[in-house]
Amino acid sequence: MVWTNAVVQGLLLGGLYALFSVGLSLMFGVMRFVNLAHGDFSVLAAYAAYVLVEHAGGTPLWTFAAVIPLAAAVGFVLQRFILDRALAAGDLSPLLVTFGLSIVIQSALQQGFGANNLSLFLGPLSYQSWKITNTLYLGRLEVIVFVVAVALISGLQLFLARTQPGRLLRATADNPRAAALSGVNPRRVRALATAIALATVAIGGLFLAMRTSFTPTSGSNDLIFAFEAVIIGGLGSLWGTLLGGLILGVAQTVGSQINPADGVLAGHLVFLAVLAYRPQGILSQRSLA
Amino acid sequence: MSVLEAPARTAATVNRYSRISLGALWSGVAVAALLVVAPAFIGESSINQLTQFFSFLILAIGWNVLAGYGGMVSIGQQAYLGVASYAVLYLSLHGVLSWWAAPIAIAFCGVLSIPISYLAFRLRGSFFAIGTWVIAEVCLLVVAQIESLGGGAGASLNDLNRFSPHTAGDVTYWVGLAIVIASLVSVALLLRSRVGLALMSIRDDELAAEATGVNVTRIKRIAYVLSATICAGAGVLLILSNLEVQPNSSFSVQYSAFMIFMVLVGGMGTFEGPIIGAIVFYALQQWLAANGAWYLIILGAVAIAVTLWLPRGVWGTVDPHNRRSLVPLRHRVTVASHLESEE
Repeated sequence: MVWTNAVVQGLLLGGLYALFSVGLSLMFGVMRFVNLAHGDFSVLAAYAAYVLVEHAGGTPLWTFAAVIPLAAAVGFVLQRFILDRALAAGDLSPLLVTFGLSIVIQSALQQGFGANNLSLFLGPLSYQSWKITNTLYLGRLEVIVFVVAVALISGLQLFLARTQPGRLLRATADNPRAAALSGVNPRRVRALATAIALATVAIGGLFLAMRTSFTPTSGSNDLIFAFEAVIIGGLGSLWGTLLGGLILGVAQTVGSQINPADGVLAGHLVFLAVLAYRPQGILSQRSLA
Repeated sequence: MSVLEAPARTAATVNRYSRISLGALWSGVAVAALLVVAPAFIGESSINQLTQFFSFLILAIGWNVLAGYGGMVSIGQQAYLGVASYAVLYLSLHGVLSWWAAPIAIAFCGVLSIPISYLAFRLRGSFFAIGTWVIAEVCLLVVAQIESLGGGAGASLNDLNRFSPHTAGDVTYWVGLAIVIASLVSVALLLRSRVGLALMSIRDDELAAEATGVNVTRIKRIAYVLSATICAGAGVLLILSNLEVQPNSSFSVQYSAFMIFMVLVGGMGTFEGPIIGAIVFYALQQWLAANGAWYLIILGAVAIAVTLWLPRGVWGTVDPHNRRSLVPLRHRVTVASHLESEE
């Protein structure tokens, strides 16, 4: 029964990881680079929510309304003024610039808030749970986070599949030149992708801050987990990313069940195994660019 | 000038050495000689500072081989740094004097990097960068569980305690100097070889290199292994000078930040770049380290600014066409008729 519990908790956690990955794979699809500050933006969002609650009070839940548009705006500005320039500067530049950005964000948060663990506390919602059997309890917050994460991913998949901006994003991901030749404005598409990426990762960051805790440097792990979920699931569809997140989450909780210190390591090992035996990912037919 | 006349007038000679590079070579030898005898003239604290500087310089040289010449951005080279530090600790616990353990640890990392490269090379570009980071994290998590090596709390290196701090400092300094010189010479020799030519062609245009028959993966693997070996040298030097290791600091991703900063600022893909970058980095560190996080904020901001506005770094800006190269890495074609061009 402890194993069922570990798997169920892992699935709940994995939904959240998938939410972190969505933006990563969207930006990669459109621009062919990974934003190495991706996780740090989720932590930045958590700190923003923390500051808002400190000053304005109330439950952290309302900060979603402020932080999501803020994150999208930051994404737009980031793309226009930094990343577009980096893309023009050379193949390696976006990686180097976003890594520099990651260092700046982490150090600035360290300077401003110290290295303490912080958390967004939701009152009773933080610890209430539903009893399924005598040994299986589902945390209310965990379930809500999972449902919202899966709903968001599905919504985004629908957005990409059915709407005009979604089509432009997919067209640019498939072939940026052909898309530009048919009248797509690549600058606008890139800004849209980054805005969506930062908005989704901000939601993920707030959820993670509510479920557990955050520190100035915890963005590094967020990035690594998001990346692992993308690789495990395979590029190309958000369903693959969701599957990758779930597998990673289960690997981590089952690993912790075996030895409490080994959760993260178990996730890494599953990632390396996928890399060794199925490098294109579990759902994807495409090889990694 | 008609085409027919040309052969008669171009009594070209091919030469590797220019006046500048010959001068630089002899100054390099002189500086190395001065550094070898330095412990006789300067104090213990300066020697220890130089040792610290050497470890950063070695890191910069190692990362430049990978990213500058191989075109592969890794943020996981700290894996080799940490493994090398811990290999020295392990050997010292098993009766090998730490200084003698240094070359063994370096060779071990070089060998270890070969199987790892097969895993890492499944990823390219951005994914390679994070994939190498995950591999470094795995090394960290595994090492932190080995209780005999101190587990998560780390351990100290005790076998050098039987020497006076002065002697230990000097010998470690010489070990560091030897690693620096060996790294620079091996990179220079690699670049002068056929493999080096292939490597530089990959740096300039990977697709074109492959099209002209370069075995890109093999050449990149050679660069990866050399880079890992050199970074291991820095790990060895760090444990020999700090006399302690701790998993979270030995495998810290911050080392990647330092490497990237040094190479970017100095000039990626140039021989001289990492040296300049390491000097700038070390000066900045001495100046700003007291300011805690501000130091890293400035480091990151400078890295962004240099990437965007000075992508060739200091050396690449001074010498954009590789005319003043201080190291004879290229073939120079000197044409008799006052025209000088290069291959």
